Amino acid sequence: MPHRPEHRPRRAARAIAATAALIVTAGAAAACGARAGEETDAFEPCLDTSGDTVKVGALNSQSGTMAISETTVLDAILLAADQINAAGGVLGKQIEVIDEDGASEPVVFAEKAEKLIREDCVAAVFGGWTSASRKAMLPVFEDYDSLLYYPVQYEGLEASENIFYTGATTNQQIIPALDYLAETGVESLYLVGSDYVFPRTANAIINAYAEAHGIEILGEDYVPLGSTEFSTIVNQVSAAGADAVFNTLNGDSNVAFFREYANVGLTAEQMPVMSVSIAEEEVGGIGVENIVGQLAAWNYYQTVESEANAAFVEAFKAEYGADRVTSDPMEAAYNAVHLWAATVEKAASFAVDDVQEAAGGVSFEGPEGTVVIDGENNHVSKTARIGEIRSDGLLYTVWESEGPIEPDPFLDGYEWAADLAVAE
Amino acid sequence: MSKFWESRLGVWSGFAAAAAVLFGLAPLLLSGFRLGLFAQFICYAIVAVGIGLAWGRGGMLTLGQGVFFGMGAYLMAMHLKMADAEFRGGPGAVPDFMELAGVRELPAYWVPFASPVFTIAAIVLLPTGLAVLLGLAVFKRRVKGAYFAILSQALAGAFAIFLIGQQSLGGFNGLSYFRYFFGFTLNDPVNQRMLYFITAAALLVVVAASLQLRRSRYGELLVAVRDAEERVRFLGYDAAGVKVVAYAVAALFASIAGALFVPVVGIISPASIGIVPSIMFLLGVAIGGRGTLIGPVVGALAVAFAQTALSEQFPSAWTYAQGLLFVCVIALLPGGIASIPAVAGRIRVKHRPEAVEATT
Repeated sequence: MPHRPEHRPRRAARAIAATAALIVTAGAAAACGARAGEETDAFEPCLDTSGDTVKVGALNSQSGTMAISETTVLDAILLAADQINAAGGVLGKQIEVIDEDGASEPVVFAEKAEKLIREDCVAAVFGGWTSASRKAMLPVFEDYDSLLYYPVQYEGLEASENIFYTGATTNQQIIPALDYLAETGVESLYLVGSDYVFPRTANAIINAYAEAHGIEILGEDYVPLGSTEFSTIVNQVSAAGADAVFNTLNGDSNVAFFREYANVGLTAEQMPVMSVSIAEEEVGGIGVENIVGQLAAWNYYQTVESEANAAFVEAFKAEYGADRVTSDPMEAAYNAVHLWAATVEKAASFAVDDVQEAAGGVSFEGPEGTVVIDGENNHVSKTARIGEIRSDGLLYTVWESEGPIEPDPFLDGYEWAADLAVAE
Repeated sequence: MSKFWESRLGVWSGFAAAAAVLFGLAPLLLSGFRLGLFAQFICYAIVAVGIGLAWGRGGMLTLGQGVFFGMGAYLMAMHLKMADAEFRGGPGAVPDFMELAGVRELPAYWVPFASPVFTIAAIVLLPTGLAVLLGLAVFKRRVKGAYFAILSQALAGAFAIFLIGQQSLGGFNGLSYFRYFFGFTLNDPVNQRMLYFITAAALLVVVAASLQLRRSRYGELLVAVRDAEERVRFLGYDAAGVKVVAYAVAALFASIAGALFVPVVGIISPASIGIVPSIMFLLGVAIGGRGTLIGPVVGALAVAFAQTALSEQFPSAWTYAQGLLFVCVIALLPGGIASIPAVAGRIRVKHRPEAVEATT
């Protein structure tokens, strides 16, 4: 070694000192901005509507664990945009969809949302699936005052001016499902769910409902997201002998749960399972033979009988293949694009403020029936439907609400739910 | 690596060039959105510097840096949520996400995070302390190689699952919606730029600290432990202690990166700290060149940049392109991006036989 190593640290120490000096200089050079409580300069929207097109964003997971579900939503968004374009566009402008991949990661959803708003200057964004992705995007849409149309049923307790929720909130899905079960004479329930916010919130609501309506909850079990180990839980369910099971499992866990359920000999006649996350897309993965006869709660099924739905299903199959199925989140996303277009037409403007102002009361004749935007909470009124899974893998309506149900994300209209959440 | 970069002048000009890019060029050329994204990438680079030290110099294949990154991030996020709650509802107010979950009483372990001093101390001390404890338990028992890698990765997986189950830490959704950073409004462009400067400065400090450690006698001991642990032990050194220090420093860097990540990105959730993100941290270091000082930084930035650029260009097929890129780099440049000058030099030499004569 040609020179003593002791010399070298001192040199590096000086480098650190210099760096520190540099930071101080930089700190002094950059003036500090607004402090808490002060007004900040509003972000200037860069939307350009001078051409004959208008840009919108489609932000769905095209990679990662959620891709299998979310790409179907993207298909529905593109279909709706094509239809609107074919009919002459929005305010005479053709819609140009810019799609971005949320990659099943909340951080990526936030990043791409900001990119769509600030770099692509889109008029609105359609997408998101998990609550985590919506929670990640919410501050971005509020900070840069832009619009997100979120098309999936969720746990409620949220109402942002910058988000339009076109999927069901809890009083349009979970409560009707409970009403249906109570009507059919169910007096005891067993709750099975994945361990995250939607099942936890859903089960809190179910517990409050059960107490008020004299239904006994015989058990409440959670498994980690993605867990496929169900022998213990299914044995407990079997032993408890409840009248029905309320299932808030998500994704792959459903496959394992229903296979195990069928394995131990439980059937829909003995102990029906009411699911809130199983749609047409998922039935094939679980295997029809394992789930036939079981129930689901949604607002839309491919089999819904209406003119609008017949046209939607036909157009979708023509575009993407006869073997494809349509499901509730796809339909909600399809409605979202049409609702946005209708709102823009009503406002005669693409500007966010104008769209927000015009939104209340805007309606669309969707495949599920008429949907109307509630100007108070930016949710939409929806018809609740209980579906039964039949041997062809499709869901058929066995009960539906009398007309669309008004959205009530904070459950203000339900006395028994008073202790569940604070007021808005 | 050429001799110049190891000389005093080389180190100085290296830092000067980096500072010019980070503090001059980047803010000048990048839009507000891109600058924020760059700050996010720099957070990954800070983690990478720590991995470069622990893995590149110390031979510890740390597949679980997500744990320390996540600790720093959650600790900072808890403070930001407390500060937000206090600003909205006065002292003792419950953060918004808990209110929605029906929690009216603040959990006891949240209370101290109202204090910024406590939070910063926790960000520095907790992950470092945990790394020391883990390191002592593992390295004293001479667990190394693949066994250590598996162990650290399992830890990252377990930590993410643990967090998903903690409703008082936001569960699967994590913590988001931060309004203020130590009293400054986060959605103000001026403050966002300031935050970028802080992050960039943190990178320079971390690189300088890493340089200091590499060039010290300790740094030489660390390399010796990597290459021949038994011999170092026979010489009377505490090999486990040497490794613990590098592991703890890497944990500290990851924690600082996590703490900066939260205000920069605006969300932290278990999805950002589990097994996959931990592997991505390591991948950046491997791509960049784990043995060099600057390789991990370059690699982490390059991987993050490629991910963003490719996914913007090809939203539905970018993962294939990214995979292909990784395979190419690993196959063609086993020493990482940082070895490009050396490889290019070799190729030049090969094509000019007389040059070989001249240099030998």
